[in-house]
Amino acid sequence: MPEILSVQHISHIYSAGTPFERAAIKDISLSLQEGEFVGLIGHTGSGKSTLVQHLNGLLKPTSGRVLVDGQDIHASKEATRAARFKVGLVFQYPEYQLFEETVYKDIAFGPRNMKLDEAEIDRRVRAAAAQVGLSEDLLEVSPFDLSGGQKRRVAIAGVFAMEPRLLVLDEPMAGLDPVGREEIIRCIVNYRETTGATILFVTHSMEDAARIADRLIVLNQGEVLMEGTPGEVFARSEELLQAGLDIPTVTRLFMTLKSRGLPLSDAVYTVEQAMDEILRLKEGR
Amino acid sequence: MLRDITLGQFFPGTSLLHRLDPRAKLVSVVLFVASLFISKSFWGYGLCILFLAWCIRISGISPKMILKSLKPLVIILCFTGILNMFYTPGEVLARFWIFKITREGIYTAAYMILRIVLLIAATSMLTYTTSPIALTDAIERLLNPLKKIHVPVHEFAMMMTIALRFIPTLIEETDKIMSAQKARGADFETGGIIDKAKALVPILVPLFVSAFRRADELATAMECRLYHGGEGRTRLNTLVMTGRDYAALGFMGVFCLLVIYAERLVSILL
Ligand SMILES: Nc1ncnc2c1ncn2[C@@H]1O[C@H](COP(=O)(O)OP(=O)(O)O)[C@@H](O)[C@H]1O
Ligand SMILES: [Mg+2]
Repeated sequence: MPEILSVQHISHIYSAGTPFERAAIKDISLSLQEGEFVGLIGHTGSGKSTLVQHLNGLLKPTSGRVLVDGQDIHASKEATRAARFKVGLVFQYPEYQLFEETVYKDIAFGPRNMKLDEAEIDRRVRAAAAQVGLSEDLLEVSPFDLSGGQKRRVAIAGVFAMEPRLLVLDEPMAGLDPVGREEIIRCIVNYRETTGATILFVTHSMEDAARIADRLIVLNQGEVLMEGTPGEVFARSEELLQAGLDIPTVTRLFMTLKSRGLPLSDAVYTVEQAMDEILRLKEGR
Repeated sequence: MLRDITLGQFFPGTSLLHRLDPRAKLVSVVLFVASLFISKSFWGYGLCILFLAWCIRISGISPKMILKSLKPLVIILCFTGILNMFYTPGEVLARFWIFKITREGIYTAAYMILRIVLLIAATSMLTYTTSPIALTDAIERLLNPLKKIHVPVHEFAMMMTIALRFIPTLIEETDKIMSAQKARGADFETGGIIDKAKALVPILVPLFVSAFRRADELATAMECRLYHGGEGRTRLNTLVMTGRDYAALGFMGVFCLLVIYAERLVSILL
């Protein structure tokens, strides 16, 4: 698998040189392989949003480099612009950025900025709308008349339509009810299946992260605390708890059971795994 | 980028200047500015500079921040300086083409620049050491007598408090919306003036939508808490003038007289 993104020792200091100076991220390095599905987790204020805004060049690191397809994104203005289109970033609460008269026009904003021709724009808008499950008749209504969950999906479609090869989503499920959350997860999975894109998604919910990501990166106070498969990360639940992070409820239950002396595995983080593990234990007796 | 605006910014602290009553500080600054405008001598200005330097020192605010507050005014300062230098009649020192520099011109230019710099520095010191909320409180209290002639002082103060409260929020929001649109490939830098104006639409529409939503939510929240104007309203933090504040005012009064009569005093002493 070729490497699509490489972050090398980046740090970012906000308001440098004023009394409000604050280091949001410190010496972070990570790399994403083509096709991976990675979850970035951490507390509020651990620097997740700051980190993801470096990936498409919205923020410039105070020190360090960001390479997309092996090219430094701050090497030139063109490189930065190219990175904007290769790396699609969905902000937190993206529904607040809607501005056009119709849903169609809003989704078309990104592709239009890419200077694509009308036919291609039309194809992409319809494809993106389908990926997020918006029906054709909604394309001509005003985005301000939609429900909260629909608005969120329109905003996400606006980024899908740019067909980025690396899709970064900053807490895409924040503030939605369980049904809305499921819908968003389905959108992301759909996009990945139709385009084969690499996904990095930010969350502070361990449950969501554990369920859909192949690999997890845990941030704590601006630094990478852990990295690995969900199994590897949740096997270190003690450390996560010490860092003040949450762990999935099932993992917590299994920790308690283990402390009561049951010979259970460490790396349990979904209900299915829990069931298998309990059955194994029962049959083993 | 938008966050770098420092004018009107407050730096929390515990220095003497931070702890003075905002009314005392406000009146002091008014006195200071008035004496700047009345004074006609360099001696007076010298005193002002010394006093301001002392204030900056005890406030614990870095002089760099004061310089930063002057930065947006560099063009105005240059303009004032150049105009005064060339257009004041008097003894000609140098002359080229249709311009002439006069001795009086140089003096006036120096005066004007010094006056503006001191004015901005003094008001910056006020806003750097006083929270905007305390400042509007002070204004409301100082203008209280006007309520007798039915000036809606409380309403103005409330509007100002709310506006001040939301400036940072709106700046942050603008920043976020700009980043989000840039992530969708919006370009705010290149293109002609019409392109640039058009590029503002994706920022302004969401910004207005959110400002109206916030205004609506705030109004509802205030009504839920039975807000009904200033009548009979009590405060959480009542401003109290202490001996220290009266002393500061007394000191400022003497200082102003010194600045205004500096020339005469110097001539008597020398
Ligand atoms: N624009 C900004 N200016 C100054 N400080 C900021 C800014 N954005 C974030 N921060 C600070 O940087 C730290 C990391 O914030 P952020 O990246 O938003 O964390 P997260 O997304 O994990 O909640 C926080 O302490 C926050 O206060
Ligand atoms: Mg965040």
